[in-house]
Formats: sequence, C-alpha cells, structure tokens
Amino acid sequence: MSEFFESRDIVIPGDVLFEGRTRTGDNTYRSEGKVCATRIGLVEYGRGIVSVIALEAGYNPLIGDLVVGEVLDINLGRWVVDIDAPTPAVLTVPDAIDAPFRPDIVMPDILDVGDTLVAKIVDMDRRRTPILSILGRDLGRVENGFTVRITPSKIPRLIGKKGSMVNMILKETGCRIAIGQNGRVLIQGRTREQEEIVVNVINRIEREAHTTGLTNRIQEYMKSLKEEHV
Amino acid sequence: MSSRHGVLPRLKRRKIQEAVESGKRMDGRGLEDYREITIRTNVIEKAEGSAEVHLGETRVLVGVKIGHGRPFEDTPDVGVLICNAEFVPIASPLFEPGPPKENSIELARVVDRGLRSAEVVDFSKLALIPGRQVYLIHVDLYILNHAGNLIDASAIAAIAALRSAMKPVYKVEEGEVVLTDEKEPLEIRKMPVAVTMVKIEDSLILDPSADEEEVMDARLTVTLDDDGNICTIQKSGSKGLTLDEIGKAIDIAVKKAPDIRGKITGS
Amino acid sequence: MSPRKKKVEWKRIDGRARNELRPIKIESGVLPNADGSAYIEMGRNKVIVGVFGPKEMHPKRLAKPHMAVLRCRYHMAPFSVNPRRSPAPSRRDNEISMVIRHALEPAIFLDRYPRSAIEVYAEVLQADGGTRCASINAATVALVDAGIPMRDLVVSCAAGKIDGKTILDLGDYEDQKGEADLPVAYMPKLERVTLLQMDGVLSPEELEQCIDLAMEGCKQIYEMQREALKKKYGVEKEGE
Repeated sequence: MSEFFESRDIVIPGDVLFEGRTRTGDNTYRSEGKVCATRIGLVEYGRGIVSVIALEAGYNPLIGDLVVGEVLDINLGRWVVDIDAPTPAVLTVPDAIDAPFRPDIVMPDILDVGDTLVAKIVDMDRRRTPILSILGRDLGRVENGFTVRITPSKIPRLIGKKGSMVNMILKETGCRIAIGQNGRVLIQGRTREQEEIVVNVINRIEREAHTTGLTNRIQEYMKSLKEEHV
Repeated sequence: MSSRHGVLPRLKRRKIQEAVESGKRMDGRGLEDYREITIRTNVIEKAEGSAEVHLGETRVLVGVKIGHGRPFEDTPDVGVLICNAEFVPIASPLFEPGPPKENSIELARVVDRGLRSAEVVDFSKLALIPGRQVYLIHVDLYILNHAGNLIDASAIAAIAALRSAMKPVYKVEEGEVVLTDEKEPLEIRKMPVAVTMVKIEDSLILDPSADEEEVMDARLTVTLDDDGNICTIQKSGSKGLTLDEIGKAIDIAVKKAPDIRGKITGS
Repeated sequence: MSPRKKKVEWKRIDGRARNELRPIKIESGVLPNADGSAYIEMGRNKVIVGVFGPKEMHPKRLAKPHMAVLRCRYHMAPFSVNPRRSPAPSRRDNEISMVIRHALEPAIFLDRYPRSAIEVYAEVLQADGGTRCASINAATVALVDAGIPMRDLVVSCAAGKIDGKTILDLGDYEDQKGEADLPVAYMPKLERVTLLQMDGVLSPEELEQCIDLAMEGCKQIYEMQREALKKKYGVEKEGE
C-alpha cells in the first residue's frame, strides 16, 4: 500500500503521505515521486487525491471569498483594507458605490479608517493583491456588533456540513453571524449574553476543530451556557 | 492574536466604551478588577534573581544581575540600581526590533522611580570601597507578551525578582574587590506596588487590557509603598484629568495596593 | 591487562556520555500575540521564538517580487549570560541571525508569498552553549505553529571535541575549553544539511565522527519537535 498513514492522522511538514501516482491536494507537495505534507494537519486520502486539512494556516485569499476586514488607510480613489492576508486588500470607489470616482466624493463619509466591513473578493491583481467589492446584499460597512478571530483553516468546522454548525448557533442564540473566510467572524446579537455565548462557542471550536463529535458537544455546551445566564 | 496594525477598529472602540458604561468590561471584569496574577521566581537560574509574572495574558520576565562597579559620581558611597526595559518583537506585532523607544524608556523609568523612591534596598549598605567600588544591581524588564498594563506587571516582577535574589559576597583585599563563594539575599526593605488605571468615558478602570489602552483618554499610574505612601506618579495619554479624577484614582490605588502586595508575598 | 594498571574513566564535566544530549523540553504555541511560537530548553539554554507573517514587507523597497523575505533576529537578554551583557546587538548576534536564516530558508516555501515578509525572532533568556542550535530547533516549531508551509522540519545540534574526544551537544564549558565546535542543521526527511559551521581543529576522521554524532543527535531532537507539535492536539505519541 502506498498510503503511509490513515485518513485523519495528524501529519507534520515533510511527512511522506503517498508514494506513486496521485493528485496533490491542499497542503501537500510532490518531491521525487512522493507526496509530502507542507503543514501540520489531518491527512485525507480521497479518490485519486491526497490532501491535508491544515490545523494551522494563515489566510490564503481566493476569488469569491467573503471576508470581514478593517480599513487601514485611504488613498486616492481607493481604501486599503486589512483582511489578515499576506498583503492588504484594496477596495476602489466604483466597487463601493457603483459609480465612477469623482474628485468631490468625500471618501471618509463612505468608509473611514477604522471602519469594519463585510466584502467579497472579486479579483486579484498581478501582484496577488485581493480586490474587494461591497456591492451586494449584506455587504458594506458594519455599524454594530464585534468581530472575533478564528484560525482560517477552522472556518469549515464553524460552518459545518451544509451549514449545520452555524445554523445551530444562530438558532440557539438568535445572533446574526457573518463568517469571513479570512478567519474573522462578525457577531451581532440583541443582548451581550447572547454575543458572549457565540464567542465562547467559537473559541471552543478553535480548540477542538480536529476532534469528532464536535457538533453534538457544542450543542450541549450552548445549552449549558444559556442555563448559566438565566 | 492582536491587531497587527495598531488601528483599533471603530466597532471595537464602541464596544469597549459601552462595556465600561455598563460596568462590565469586554472580558467580563468589573471596572476595578485585576486580571489573574501568577508569579514564578528563580526562572533564570544563572541570574542572581528572576521572576516571571502573568497578569492576564500580559507576561513580563525580569532578570536581576548583581555585580560590582564604579558608583555614580554624585552618589559615590551608595550602591547602584539600573532598570532597563526591552520591548522585544515577540511580545507584539507592534514592537519592532531596535533601540528602546519612548514607551519602553518610560516603563523602565517609572519602575525605577518606584524602587528608588520607596528605597527598596538600603543603598548605603551596598558600598564596597566607598567612592570607588559599589554593588551594581541591574533590573532588566523583558516583555514576553503585551496584553496591556505592562507597568504593573513589570513592577510586580521586579519586586518578586529582587526579593528572591541572592547577591554575591565580596571581600576587599589590598584595595581590590574579590569574589568569594558565598551568596546572601538582598535585604528588601519595602515593596513598592504600581496601580495603573485608564480613563474611558468618565470612568476609571484598573488594569487596562491592550484594547482598553488604545481607547483610553488618559492613563495614571500610582505607586504605593508598604506604609500606604505614594512614591511615584505618572500620567500619560493625550487628554487631561480633573483634580477630582486624580483624587479618586489615588484613593483607588491606596485601596488596591495591599491586595497586589499580598500576591507577591503569597499571603 | 596488567593488574597494576589503573583504569581512569573519562567523564564529561556534567557526567554525560560522549553521545548524550542534554535534557530537552520543547513546547509549541506559547505566545498569544505571535502568529506562531515555541519555547525550548536544551540543558540550561532557554530560548523562546516568535514568528510573524506572512505579512506586508516594510520597507517596500526591500521586498522581493517573486518570494517572501525571511527575516531572522537572534537576540540575547542581558541576564542570559554571566556577566550581564548589553541588550544591543553584537557582531556575533548579527552573524548568528544570518546563519539561522540560512538554516531555515531551504525548508520554507518562500515563493508562495511574493513581496511579503516572514519574521522569526529568537530571544535567548538563558545561555549555556549551543544557543544557535536551540534557536533553530524552536524556530522550526514556531514556523509550523504559524502555519507557514514547509518542505520539512529543520533540526540542529552541535558536535565537537574536548580532551581529544569527540562529543555531542557541547555545553558552555565544553564550548569554551574544547578543541572544536561543529554546529549542524539538517532537514531529516529530505536528508539535506542546511547549516554547517566549524571552529577549532579536527582531523578528517574526527570530522566524520562529529558529523555522525550530530546526525544521531538531530534524529532524537526531531522526534521531540514532532511530539511538541502534536501535543497541542492531544496526540503525544505517534500512531495514536
């Protein structure tokens, strides 16, 4: 057998996962006929493909990602936005107000330094700078709520299969949640207690993302947190 | 992981202000609550004294090195104490490598003033050859993680390190200082304790987190000695404080200092 | 053997065998504010490493168009040595910073992050001989903890010679009084050496012995790095 581990074993960069013909998936690389891990994570042997679900990884921006970010700076006709990517993202005026740039536009009135926004990555320029847009439903400046961070590679656990985890959180707490692929989650609740429950849940998912049976445990956890607050 | 860029998002600023107004801060603390304090001493065996303090997630390591050298010119018959602070890059994405900047210099000087004004040791007993050779005590404050209120954490660590320090014993032979094999404790006379608060939205809150420090209007540190006397004050921040607020701050510090001192003595 | 011949056993100053490492402890993920971090004790050496990045490179003119810049800084706390030293960087600190960078670069996929920077800061809290090796061992764990993609881990230790005998993992005394010191860094799966320095005098046979000893040491330390990384996830032994 050319598989050196079992699916969901933890592997370390340099570990040889597979020898022979196969496609290289996420967080793997090929060297001298062997497929090796590039990050610490759980190895997955799929059909004709070997990949690693990273337990630790920075955010790798992709076109189509929903992200939560903060305005760092304002240049002529564009905002520089921090989305925790290796380089900051850019939002131009046409992508913010669906109209061309005019010199009399007061940019800080639309978005000011320190504002939080929910955006979509619509493009990447030649230098891999993510290009954002806030034209669209549920996108734009955030007026209230707050953000918490989670390791980007654990976002799928927060969402769950077909949204099962996040929907459960929404139902139990009544909070609005926007999950940025960049590892930032915006939480808007009616009460602080509700918001705090969501923060605790997210922190727990961060710690236990690599385990099984998480959805049930989180459900129990949320119930116990709610009882505490009553 | 803290903000990389030092731009505190408006949303966060607002949340912190709302939290302060409600009396329950972002991390659940009351306005006058300190975070959990843990102290470990003798963590660097090669140093004459050392302590690592965790104040919430703020972590400060203090190393005390004791040797001998020339005294200061204006105080030729007493021992020398020098405080230095290193804001090393591992402690925060906002710290860059390089020579000390004003924040780290301020920290070192505030801690130093607290130790000196309270007369933490009897410096006159630390002369070896008056006018020529005295004990040299270096207190190096090493920030390992910055999560706010570096001053109080550093002051606690400095006292804990000095309390547990063992100084080399020297003898004077033919006008030269000679090292013996013996060691003896530094006699600590007083334990000055720093209490730092920041003003946010007309409230004074103690032991600010890093985010609360970003939002603050002003900051005041009051250092108390064992007798409840004030031995150092430092105000910083871009806005002013009323006399009323200063009076209130001093009252709070006088009340809080014994608790913190108790953590150091373990009582 | 003549019964009158007295057998004097040669011992290292701390009683270790020739090929014995000092006790080692490695922990990953120890600093909340860093993107990745690790703490190591090798004998009485204590080093803590923080990693930041990939992030925007400043100043921009030093950024490379096709790959990330790896910046390493080796720095010693004033209380880490006897007598106290100045916190300002020395020439030795600068050389070691560069050597650490060269040891780590081959293992990192730098070309995945053009125009960015990856920063590695090693702070020596207590020094007792072999701090550059300890720094590299911790830096590797910190880089993995930060999620930086790597080809392999980088392991490091030093071999050398004292009293005419080749030994592994020199302590401070052996560093100062010995006849040779050979720090090595190695990528175990790719079987490539990324750091090799020597100072002192060794015959070709002794050099080979030293390299063998260092490889043995690296193999053991590699297992400890793996354990330290997995420990965070509650998996301490392989095959669990």
